Amino acid sequence: MEVQVPPPLQDIPTAKEKKYDRQLRLWGASGQKALEETHVLLINNGSGVTGVETLKNLVLPGVGQFTILDSHVVSEADLGVNFFLEEESLGQFRAEETVRCLCELNPGVQGFALTEPLETFIDKDDVLKPYNLILVSAPLDSAILARIQLYANALQIPTFYFRSTGFYSSFSVLLPTAFPIVDTHPDPTSTTDLRLLKPWPTLSEFVREKTKGLGTESMNQHDKSHIPYVCLLLHYLEQWRDKNGGKNPETYKEKSAFRELVREGDANEENFDEACANVLKALNPPTISSTVRNIFAAPEIDELTTSSPSFWLIANAIRQFYNTHNELPLPGAVPDMKAQSADYIELQNIYKKKARQDCAEVVETVRQLEKQTDRPKEHEISEKEIENFCKGAAHISLVRGRPLQIVEAGKPITFGDRAKAMAMELTNPESLIGLYICFLAWDEYIATRSTPSNENGDNGLKIPGSTDKDYKTDETKLIDMAHIIVDNLLKEANTSIDEPESSEIKAQIAKQCKELVRAGGGELHNLASLTGGMISQEVIKVVTRQYVPVDNTCLFDGIASRTYVLRI
Amino acid sequence: MAAAAVPTTNGSATRRARWTYSDRILSRPGAYVDEEDGFVPGEAPITSVENARILVIGAGGLGCEILKNLALSGFKKIDVIDMDTIDVSNLNRQFLFREKDVGQPKATVAANFVMKRVPGCTITPYVGKIQDKDQDYYLQFNIVVCGLDSIEARRWINATLVDLVDMENPDSLKPLIDGGTEGFKGQSRVIFPTMTSCIECQLDMHAPRAAVPLCTLASIPRQPQHCIEWAHIIKWEEERKDVTLDTDDPEHITWLYKKALARAQEYNISGVTYSMTQGVVKNIIPAIASTNAIIAASCCNEAYKIATTCAPCIGMPGQNNYMLYTGDTSVYTYTFEHQKKDDCPVCGNLPKDLVVNPTSTLGDLVESFAERPESQLKKPNLRSEGKSLYYSSPASLMAQTKGNLVKPLNELLSDGEEIAVTDPAFSTVFKYRVHFS
Ligand SMILES: [Zn+2]
Repeated sequence: MEVQVPPPLQDIPTAKEKKYDRQLRLWGASGQKALEETHVLLINNGSGVTGVETLKNLVLPGVGQFTILDSHVVSEADLGVNFFLEEESLGQFRAEETVRCLCELNPGVQGFALTEPLETFIDKDDVLKPYNLILVSAPLDSAILARIQLYANALQIPTFYFRSTGFYSSFSVLLPTAFPIVDTHPDPTSTTDLRLLKPWPTLSEFVREKTKGLGTESMNQHDKSHIPYVCLLLHYLEQWRDKNGGKNPETYKEKSAFRELVREGDANEENFDEACANVLKALNPPTISSTVRNIFAAPEIDELTTSSPSFWLIANAIRQFYNTHNELPLPGAVPDMKAQSADYIELQNIYKKKARQDCAEVVETVRQLEKQTDRPKEHEISEKEIENFCKGAAHISLVRGRPLQIVEAGKPITFGDRAKAMAMELTNPESLIGLYICFLAWDEYIATRSTPSNENGDNGLKIPGSTDKDYKTDETKLIDMAHIIVDNLLKEANTSIDEPESSEIKAQIAKQCKELVRAGGGELHNLASLTGGMISQEVIKVVTRQYVPVDNTCLFDGIASRTYVLRI
Repeated sequence: MAAAAVPTTNGSATRRARWTYSDRILSRPGAYVDEEDGFVPGEAPITSVENARILVIGAGGLGCEILKNLALSGFKKIDVIDMDTIDVSNLNRQFLFREKDVGQPKATVAANFVMKRVPGCTITPYVGKIQDKDQDYYLQFNIVVCGLDSIEARRWINATLVDLVDMENPDSLKPLIDGGTEGFKGQSRVIFPTMTSCIECQLDMHAPRAAVPLCTLASIPRQPQHCIEWAHIIKWEEERKDVTLDTDDPEHITWLYKKALARAQEYNISGVTYSMTQGVVKNIIPAIASTNAIIAASCCNEAYKIATTCAPCIGMPGQNNYMLYTGDTSVYTYTFEHQKKDDCPVCGNLPKDLVVNPTSTLGDLVESFAERPESQLKKPNLRSEGKSLYYSSPASLMAQTKGNLVKPLNELLSDGEEIAVTDPAFSTVFKYRVHFS
């Protein structure tokens, strides 16, 4: 027997890869690097559990650094709801104690505590500069929230604002006005793109060779049963076009008839089964999604400058490719199918080669655009990035960040260009717009009833339902406020809702207000943990620029156990 | 049971101060429940949650979260079962474990950590299999919460809890709350055994992955995974038959990786990596802390609502009982009612209709039970109304019945006959009515 030379083993995992194995399978080394370069600031207010639970889910996978700004001192009530405190934490600064307990989770992560009051912290210049992501928990002085938003916007720092009380929670994310994503991780079944309606010469040549003698005695059953289904479909398509004036099957009826034609080729073989199963999907003419169309129409794609993000240059080049060929660059992946090994590998190479050609064309256009915009050599876009973009071109995404809706005392609550859409949400029984309005009323209650002093124990903030004495009157007040928001929204949208629907909507909102007041601003650990889980998923999506983040507000109803996303 | 250690310096007033937020919910009326639903705000729901005995199955990614959540929801009598020990790849999400704990049993380490953090809560660990415990053991609990990654274990506990139900004794009905995650997705569901759709009714929600045919592995590999499966299923048997494959042993994985890589090079297949080898061989499902947090908290939120009745839970007959969560593109939940099936082999009483080709063999039928989404039985034993058709174990019965495997079905059965299928992994009898096509 021959002595086998062992192949080189270059990818035995490191200790770190072993520890992070389960997540690297989701966001890869590049996502992990982005996470490790992130410094998150949590501005923690109220009972403060949701923010800490969010950080837990970021410290575990290895976020670079985190800072908690929180001037609260640990109380008995904190110990009953926050897992990252100990008996000995009682009376200590909550920021310091939670940072200590969180740091125990991952020796690779650095945590810092700031115990300065928020109002003096935020007064200083450039105070948010060290951070690339900010988390802000309610309740807080709305004027301060507005300042945070102003700075975050100027520095383009993604910022989350969230509320969690009793069985309800909400979070909103402020993203840059253009937040494009290339790595959206679409469902693998939706990404197959085989271009069967527009085969290129090398592919047609391969099909002719593989189907030679198909349907005659000259091909044996073994060979027949190993023809890749791609070749079968292309072969029968040619037959179909010969009989149908050169046209492909287009209608559902024609496609069904075409499937019969394929089936007649063989009743039992697995590759014929595969071909039949793929008829409908493979014969759809290539279209581009509305998201891609919107990106092609975005102003940024035409206003290229020296410092344009690489996304827009590549998108421009891909648009040129699309305008020339009436199709996007070929992704190049071939799904597994019954075939001989060598045939399958050859087919794979045919697709890969075409994909590389398409990509090369895009690279060339990108280079021209770089020249036209005087892009400095050190910012040259890598071929790897362009190739990755070409592979996922059909599934790229763009989120248009919008400002947080901040309720300030004395200012009316308005929805602007979203008023019409939100008014329509009111009559959608699936929507949680009603709950969102309750939260706006909750914010308004706090903004209008808080005192500058510290007499209420929470930086002067007065929370509906926080005392047994006012609890019943708070209920009435909050319901009134929420109902007024509904009326004003309908006015702003210049619409109305008929009875009895209108009363039903308001009755539902009254119930949700009651639940909010019942909790008195306190968090239930389960809801805080669940909301922290959702926020941390979003943070990971935002910092890794993978998957698609929420646009822009998500609500959770812990009584009905469901979420709803609103674009506010 | 001995009173749990509570710092003696704390009087009962300050001890309640610790539960300010939960107590507020429990001592004020809810907008969605009233006294007719059994909710009387005040002492009663607080005592209910403190006295409830709750069993947690699994102390992994979901289990760690579940134990923390239950302890901070006011549950004081918790039991946890897990047979596993801590691995370094658990540390990115199983936050009750540290590097120094690697190799220790999960159930014990998790229980001790939570008890230290939340004084007054007693958590009793059991290191072992759920199958080690009998009906009397499960009868002690009021609620069972599952955070498992194994379908088999879920099916076993589900069938056990359905069996436990005694119509004369309302306490024998144990709500089962189950969570599961994969990447950014997950699901949580609430089952009232015999009253609502059970895990077996919902088995088609977890269709098994289609297995690659052996001939592909043996002669026409096309994907890197085919090369890995070849090394795993065929090559190991050929060359290291007397060594039991341990998928946690790096030497074993490296061996498979080398074999797979060499085969891939022979066929010009690219993409075999160590990480992929490990993923295929161990059937690794990507897992992150965030998703575990969402699903575990959803399960515990339902447990809290069930124990206190302070708000409606999901899972009541005629109501939604299942929440699907998807977080990879925006956030989307689908909360719906999964219907109970009358022909469910565990909680229904009608045989399931099964259409078969009368000329196909009993062997074909036996094989199909592994792949059918609603059965997924790997070692099925089949009996017809009159006789034993096939037994995959014990060996003596197998020897007697394996001759039937090659016989066509119309020789063994008549059209419309009922057959009973069992599997040593489950206590359930799957009843089918065979119809010839
Ligand atoms: Zn069932």
